[in-house]
Amino acid sequence: MSRLAGVFSALKRNRRTALVPYITAGDPHKGATVPFMHTLVEAGADVLELGVPFSDPTADGPVIQQACERALKHGTTLGDVLGMVKEFRSRDARTPVVLMGYLNPLEAFGIGRFAEEVAMAGVDGILTVDMPPEEAEALAGLLRAKGLDCIFLLAPTTTAARLRRICEAASGFVYYVSLKGVTGAASLDVQAVRERFTAIRRETRLPVGVGFGVRDAGSAAQLAGFSDAVIVGSAIVSRIAEHRGELADTLANVREFVHSLRLAMDAV
Amino acid sequence: MSRPLEKNQSFRESLRHLPDRDGHFGPYGGRFVAETLMGPVEELHAAYERYRRDADFQAELKHDLRDFVGRPSPLYLAERLSSQCKGARIYLKREDLNHTGAHKINNALGQALLAKRMGKTRLIAETGAGQHGVATATVAARFGFECVVYMGAEDMQRQAINVYRMRLLGARVVPVTSGSRTLKDALNEAMRDWVTHVDNTFYIIGTVAGPHPYPMMVRDFHVCIGEETRGQILSAEGRLPSALIACVGGGSNAIGLFHAFLDDPVKLYGVEAGGAGLHTGKHAASLSGGRPGVLHGNRTYLLEDDAGQIRETHSISAGLDYPGVGPEHAWLKDIGRVIYDTITDTEAVQAFHALTRSEGIMPALESSHALAYAMQLAPAMQRDDIIIVNLSGRGDKDIQTVATREGIEL
Repeated sequence: MSRLAGVFSALKRNRRTALVPYITAGDPHKGATVPFMHTLVEAGADVLELGVPFSDPTADGPVIQQACERALKHGTTLGDVLGMVKEFRSRDARTPVVLMGYLNPLEAFGIGRFAEEVAMAGVDGILTVDMPPEEAEALAGLLRAKGLDCIFLLAPTTTAARLRRICEAASGFVYYVSLKGVTGAASLDVQAVRERFTAIRRETRLPVGVGFGVRDAGSAAQLAGFSDAVIVGSAIVSRIAEHRGELADTLANVREFVHSLRLAMDAV
Repeated sequence: MSRPLEKNQSFRESLRHLPDRDGHFGPYGGRFVAETLMGPVEELHAAYERYRRDADFQAELKHDLRDFVGRPSPLYLAERLSSQCKGARIYLKREDLNHTGAHKINNALGQALLAKRMGKTRLIAETGAGQHGVATATVAARFGFECVVYMGAEDMQRQAINVYRMRLLGARVVPVTSGSRTLKDALNEAMRDWVTHVDNTFYIIGTVAGPHPYPMMVRDFHVCIGEETRGQILSAEGRLPSALIACVGGGSNAIGLFHAFLDDPVKLYGVEAGGAGLHTGKHAASLSGGRPGVLHGNRTYLLEDDAGQIRETHSISAGLDYPGVGPEHAWLKDIGRVIYDTITDTEAVQAFHALTRSEGIMPALESSHALAYAMQLAPAMQRDDIIIVNLSGRGDKDIQTVATREGIEL
């Protein structure tokens, strides 16, 4: 069983919802990422989503755009990101790590080499934002051969026919984009998300996560009431953006916030 | 809207039948967008397929191309320029005489008519030099749409007059301060706007790039350039030209001119922005100096670093200052049907002056790249050879840039 499947089935047995925090690798600097990953796990994360920085992140709002800019200013490459996962794995063999990013840096790295090295680094799943299943055949085949999960997005605009096709192509979990907009957008309509969930559940036995627009403990708790995973990105990254001076202070700030999400979700 | 094939020509032989059903030109093109945009892109594709065959739509487009845009645009024999070059005769396809001063209006008009039929109320666009933004703001005013144009903060300073023009036309011009603050970042921001307002918003992409169907649709709205040219040169000279030349940023004016000639024995030259010279790295020539990758919804040639991050580009011409290119050009390069080459900033400015002084026509700096190339090619050709240059836009917008470059304060 893959690490992702193991974690999701254990959570299901315990009737808990996965907390999946996102950070951009290399933000605010390369050395901070591994400490952040461990801190997130200590604060209650079940799965980590690690962003691979890209110069043109068209699906992201200003918070994650700026995180990408900070990471790229320090020259963070895909090779660096794999090194961070490897380092994280030396102390944590249990928590699944999903890389989230855009296709071009992966292709520049070489998709064959990428599949090989992500598997070796201990990555569990890949979510390529600008690669719908229609264009994913080559990369998905290589990743599956290495036992990695291909995670795809579903959106409020996804048609019934596409929903079926995407669920067939996906593994690990599917990621429902809760709103029409970019990451970190303001208006999350929990009732609308809940209604879409019924349709998605009919199409797949995979766990279904919700992300985009989860800003605080309140919205995380509401989503935890019916989803399998709650993904929180911009709200965490905006706390990292405030980083000045000591890393320990920023780590503490992030730990406190993520822990508050955990408590709220577990109280449901 | 592609021309029907010649009688004795098989479908397989034609270079005019792409893209395939999924928007691929060989290995290029396709649809690389986040899932939230896949539905809207499919909806757009379905609407376009329906209306491209719709007689009322085509009649309205044809009517406005004639009475609003001023088509057909003339094909003009540049006699004095030709005699100075001492070689092939140079004709100019006068897209600069279109309403708003460039070819961009052909596409903006077509997409606005489509937006109207799809029931959208709001148009958005990205712009570099401002020509596509002005064209979009113009059709928005013409049909009563709300209009938002995204423009790099850097470009807004370079093109202040076009910013004011768009505002006069009722558009809201939003400065983009992320990334390199130029055209590619304006495109990013327009995509973010679209994903957020998909229900009522139509995104008018200004070049033959983006997710399928944009490269095909934008091309189709510009194919009239080449179709007119073909008829005009046949009636003026009784034969096809030896060569066609057009500048290539995203490549919309070039594909518009070339497409009707793809199956003909005519040499085709696409001229990219060489900036300070290819060897300096300061240029915007993605076909000549880049490699295949994925950006802005399609696979194509890109200017990127070793890690796959998109590089900043440079050109004196804001309209060519883009790190990608339309996927059909990427394919035409690979199969060798079109020759892509570069012209530097300096050569383009020389050509700007040459045409202004010899013919009384002031070309856009974008089009000046194509002209400069023609002026290099013509002397090596015979006097009965014919070159046609797409004069894609007029140069009024560039007067400030030329003056600044030459140390003149206005």
